Amino acid sequence: MTIYLDNNATTQVDERVLAAMLPYLTEFYGNPSSMHRFGGQVAKAVQTAREQLADLIGALPSEIIFTSCGTEGNNAAIRSALATFPDRKHIITTQVEHACVLNLCKTLEKQGYRVTYLSVDSRGMLDLMELEAALTGDTAVVSTMYANNETGVIFPVEQIGALVKSYGALFHVDAVQAVGKIPIHLQNSTIDFLTLSGHKFHAPKGVGALFVRRGVRFRPLLIGGHQERNRRGGTENVAGIVGLGQAALLAQQHLAQMQSVQALRDHLEASVLRTIPDTVVNGQGSPRLPNTTNIGFKYIEGEAILLLLDREGICASSGSACTSDSLEPSHVLRAMGLPYSVLHGSIRFSLSRYTTEAEVEQLLAVLPGIVAQLRALSPFNAADQGWIEERTQAVVPK
Amino acid sequence: MWNYSEKVLELFYHPRNQGVIEDQGEPEYAVSRGEVGSIACGDALRLHLKIEIASDKIVDAKFQTFGCTSAIASSSALTEMVKGLTLDEALAITNRDIANYLGGLPEQKMHCSVMGQEALEKAIYNYRGIALPEHEEDEGSLVCTCFGVSGERLRKVIKENRLTTAEQVMSYVKAGGGCGSCLSVIDDILASCHFPAGMTNLQKINKIQTTLESLRPYLQADGGDVELFDVENDRVLVILKGACGSCASSLDTLKGLIEERLRQEVLASLTVEAV
Repeated sequence: MTIYLDNNATTQVDERVLAAMLPYLTEFYGNPSSMHRFGGQVAKAVQTAREQLADLIGALPSEIIFTSCGTEGNNAAIRSALATFPDRKHIITTQVEHACVLNLCKTLEKQGYRVTYLSVDSRGMLDLMELEAALTGDTAVVSTMYANNETGVIFPVEQIGALVKSYGALFHVDAVQAVGKIPIHLQNSTIDFLTLSGHKFHAPKGVGALFVRRGVRFRPLLIGGHQERNRRGGTENVAGIVGLGQAALLAQQHLAQMQSVQALRDHLEASVLRTIPDTVVNGQGSPRLPNTTNIGFKYIEGEAILLLLDREGICASSGSACTSDSLEPSHVLRAMGLPYSVLHGSIRFSLSRYTTEAEVEQLLAVLPGIVAQLRALSPFNAADQGWIEERTQAVVPK
Repeated sequence: MWNYSEKVLELFYHPRNQGVIEDQGEPEYAVSRGEVGSIACGDALRLHLKIEIASDKIVDAKFQTFGCTSAIASSSALTEMVKGLTLDEALAITNRDIANYLGGLPEQKMHCSVMGQEALEKAIYNYRGIALPEHEEDEGSLVCTCFGVSGERLRKVIKENRLTTAEQVMSYVKAGGGCGSCLSVIDDILASCHFPAGMTNLQKINKIQTTLESLRPYLQADGGDVELFDVENDRVLVILKGACGSCASSLDTLKGLIEERLRQEVLASLTVEAV
């Protein structure tokens, strides 16, 4: 049996989502741009999905642009904002963004833009004073996450947006991890652009959307035909879009159920802290997504924990450098200034509405043994800490 | 997830010789330790050796390791390899010997084998009372301050492993993998490490053949096999046989194991293709 606790990476497609999609892969295969009735019925399904998605985030259907993924949405929003203000050359983002925002900003720096990367504190939270100090009349766009993918920490987006608006800049929010997990109402929001991705809330991979507030100028990233009201060229991924709409409908119905997901997450956290010494929850004390916990197991290394969990059929994720080609551990945990003894051994468990109590209990049954096994191997175990070297490094987005 | 050999996984799941060797005060034996790495670097190994003074032999070895799967497996492998050796024999062990014992390591994990070799050297030097230069305490001599790597250590690893690119240097000693400000210095050091003139074609093909032979037992254990078909400049053409020919992960075997090993053992520029 596989126990899947890596839902911030991707989620299983809800069978009702799949059922809604299948006819659009078989029977209704028309092009929604076609003038005949065969295309028309498909265009209607796309419109229904647009309405379903708009309902989930409190937007108007006309404010939704379907995209291929979160990366596309984030790139499109930031580039559009820069094109809107050709004379403004300053971007503000944070040190803990997803690679698709950080790497885009690095590229833009090479093209002459100035980028401010806001820091976070040890709880993963932004300092609004730092944001205010960074804002100038030259700032074109501020791009922040709604909730962090690694720690689940939720940023105060409306407070951020209020500051951004006072400087006349545009405000983009990467809400890929937040949509479907917490209520989002964009109608009276300060957010100009909001990115979401279907596969984070039980739709398939390869479909997402970008909210663009009515009245906000938008410059397309993909230049093509008249699709998406000339805002995103390319024939629509109809089945994916239908699936995204259905997933949005289900997510709205299930939002209330997220309380039980949170209760399960809280039980997991409390039990781990109680039964395993030298263990900390990263981001604890900040508002967090109900499904996410990021736990640092001191003196051991994340990849080794993951492999032993995997042998037990449990899938999780690590911020450890050893799980990637990078030699540096998670940029998010480093930005939080966590000691190396914590951040090399941090594991993210992310739950979904499908996660059961029995699955969490199974994790709790094996995790203490795994941690003890690796600590017994470690020269840094609690009994012998004479060799710990907590060298710190400045965190500079590379 | 990394493509680890069966041997790596076996020694990770069932590590041998973990723990500490205490000095029992036996006059005919000495206990020595070698420590490498730090919690900041994400890998650390403390190697314990029990040495029979009269014979200069390692009679027992144990390890304590903080690190990933391959770090734990490399440490365990090292302790198996050194038991029964004289200290001089043990000093001849290279990081590549450790990686070979494990049936290969992903290139990005070669630093785990380097850590093992360095801990062994430290433990033996400690026993012999030879002071190793402590570059970590002298920031001025460090090339990579993020991971505490000196130029002297870089040159040693580059030469022993015939490394030719900064990316390989990162995989073997992590240097350059932090802030990246030392990458140009690493390039200069690489350029200064002139290797002897290249192999003749015959030497190259013989080395490729020998390396493939050393891999065959691991493939045969999984019902597969490999045979050299031809060598065209730096293209090595092989025939994958048995389970390797039909296995869904045959590309991993081809690139992750065979190509990687040939690059380590023969020439970094080699590419491997199945015919």
